[in-house]
Amino acid sequence: MWRRTLAIVFKELKQLSRDRMTFGMIVMIPLVQLMLFGFAINTDVRHLPAGVVDLSDTSYSRALVQAVAATQVVAFSARYANATEAEAAITRGEVKAVLYLPADLGGRLVRQSTAGVQNYLSEPVGQWLVDGSDTVVAATIRALRQMPLDEVMGRPVPVRVPSFEVVQYFNPEQRTVVNIVPGLLGVILTMTMVLFTSAAIVREREQGNMEFLITTPVKPFELMLGKIAPYVLVGFIQVGIILGTGHLLFDVPIRGGMDSLALAAMLFICASLTLGLVISTIAKTQLQAMQMTVFVLLPSILLSGFMFPYEAMPSMAQWIAEALPATHFMRMARAIVLRDAMVIHLGADALWLLGFTCLGLTISSLRFSKHLD
Amino acid sequence: MTKSQDYAIETRGMSRHFGSLKAVDSVDLSIPRGSIYGFLGPNGCGKSTSIRMLTGLLRPTSGDIRVLGEVLPGSEEMLRRRIGYMTQKFSLYENLTVVENLEFVAQIYGLAWKVARQRINELLNLYDLAGRDRQMAGSMSGGQKQRLALAAATMHRPELLFLDEPTSAVDPENRREFWERLFDLCSQGTTILVSTHYMDEAERCHGLAILENGIKRADGSPQQLMDDMGAWVVEVAGDDLRTLKHALVREAQVLSAAQIGSRLRVLVSRDVPAPLDWLAPRVEGRLMNPVHPSLEDVFVTCTGGKHVA
Repeated sequence: MWRRTLAIVFKELKQLSRDRMTFGMIVMIPLVQLMLFGFAINTDVRHLPAGVVDLSDTSYSRALVQAVAATQVVAFSARYANATEAEAAITRGEVKAVLYLPADLGGRLVRQSTAGVQNYLSEPVGQWLVDGSDTVVAATIRALRQMPLDEVMGRPVPVRVPSFEVVQYFNPEQRTVVNIVPGLLGVILTMTMVLFTSAAIVREREQGNMEFLITTPVKPFELMLGKIAPYVLVGFIQVGIILGTGHLLFDVPIRGGMDSLALAAMLFICASLTLGLVISTIAKTQLQAMQMTVFVLLPSILLSGFMFPYEAMPSMAQWIAEALPATHFMRMARAIVLRDAMVIHLGADALWLLGFTCLGLTISSLRFSKHLD
Repeated sequence: MTKSQDYAIETRGMSRHFGSLKAVDSVDLSIPRGSIYGFLGPNGCGKSTSIRMLTGLLRPTSGDIRVLGEVLPGSEEMLRRRIGYMTQKFSLYENLTVVENLEFVAQIYGLAWKVARQRINELLNLYDLAGRDRQMAGSMSGGQKQRLALAAATMHRPELLFLDEPTSAVDPENRREFWERLFDLCSQGTTILVSTHYMDEAERCHGLAILENGIKRADGSPQQLMDDMGAWVVEVAGDDLRTLKHALVREAQVLSAAQIGSRLRVLVSRDVPAPLDWLAPRVEGRLMNPVHPSLEDVFVTCTGGKHVA
């Protein structure tokens, strides 16, 4: 049995090494995706276009505008005469936010800076009008609410002491890319592993190789195993590319043990490959195989916790997410790479991936028929 | 009387329907061991479907099939090692070399490494591929591909070899040579079943079944089929053969009239006791010459005739 499986493995590797297109995709997909996601997906908002409505027009107001600009969260690009004009500008999309400073700005500043914490009469010194349709933009501006006013007044201004202090472990600078790169492992492996295996079997059928192969003594299980084994290697090459480039280019820390990471990657690669096999026993053409891969890929990107936190999703979506191998791997990869967790601590996810693989192999071997009808 | 062990293939009422289409309709076959047997028929007559049922790739809708003494469906896996199958479309890997393809097939059939090495060299020499062993299969000509496919199909020395239109992509010279190789295999005891739509190929077979629309119209040796044909063959020479042809095919007794060069080959039903006397007034003095029937005449007669131009 192993001889036949090995024969298929070697044949597959030879064909793969001669298929420049596929070989290029193995290397280029992770590289390009890493660049795209690493540079483009960034929830640390900087330089939002903003406007000012300054009704007081005093040295205080100018100092306040400068202090806000110095945070680099917003970049002031326009001045408006009144709130109505400012609202129109937001509607037109000219600016994302407008800082509204009332005529009695000076008085408000003085009251707040002298009265201190206990003064219930103190009012906010100004108002932000924000295009709240993008929640990320709105949240960023909200963070300006507690901006210290020391520089504006030229002396320390007592501010309210926060109820809680927050300590941020594992990603103290709050860089999005740190969370994105380990997540990308799951997305890219889902894409390439499922696509390559699903196409691999369908291609043999399309090109007529299958009709010969099924008249030989080869067994469905041997064929399935021989078909997916070479792609385990491909998967590990991609893991290396993503983590290596992520580390060099985006300074993503790799805290966990390589053995834990390798084990988690192995489990996920096998689960994805068997998913590809199941697709290949359903799809009739390579195009269908590709369409079905996209069908799996989209929820893997959107629901697995790669883009949005799993905890924020409604329970219905969480159920679907639980069914996807990518969700479990995403959890494991982030835990191992960023939090130095070990596979033992992630037993439930590991077991689930293992179970998925066994189930997939069984289904595809049963579904694959050595008959043409 | 031949015993059933002497038959490589025996079927009774073998049928395969695809929906309402009867691709193969109640075909009985008795193919003796050690012979070359042909399926002759136009495209879509059920040749490929029959071969796929006999190789265990398709399950019959009804009927009994016995291949090398084993009952189908049920013993496909046991038969895999005893039969070889060369598909109509080239089914080896185009981006592997000749040797890599053969090595792959040898391993799939579980040949030990040394035996495989020896067998591959033997096949390379036998099928004139020795100089091309490092060439990609996809870059070879039709004839070379076909020899490679035959080498792969006979790797494990099968007792029974199925060839589905093996020469459709091959020039006449290579076809001749290919058939010599089939007779070599046959003389070593291999039973060969080959499907074709070429008359000259069919004529080389020991036995033959003529298929049309999934129905077996006739079977026997080519000689026997020609002798038993239900029509007289008369060649008519003269002027304006096209007009004569159109006049003749309207007669119920004329099965077919086809022009071959400057002669018109007319098939007259055996119901007419004296074909020359019957034809004489109709050909209006043109020259008549009774000839021996060819396999094409048999084919035309069997498949109902007149639609063939």
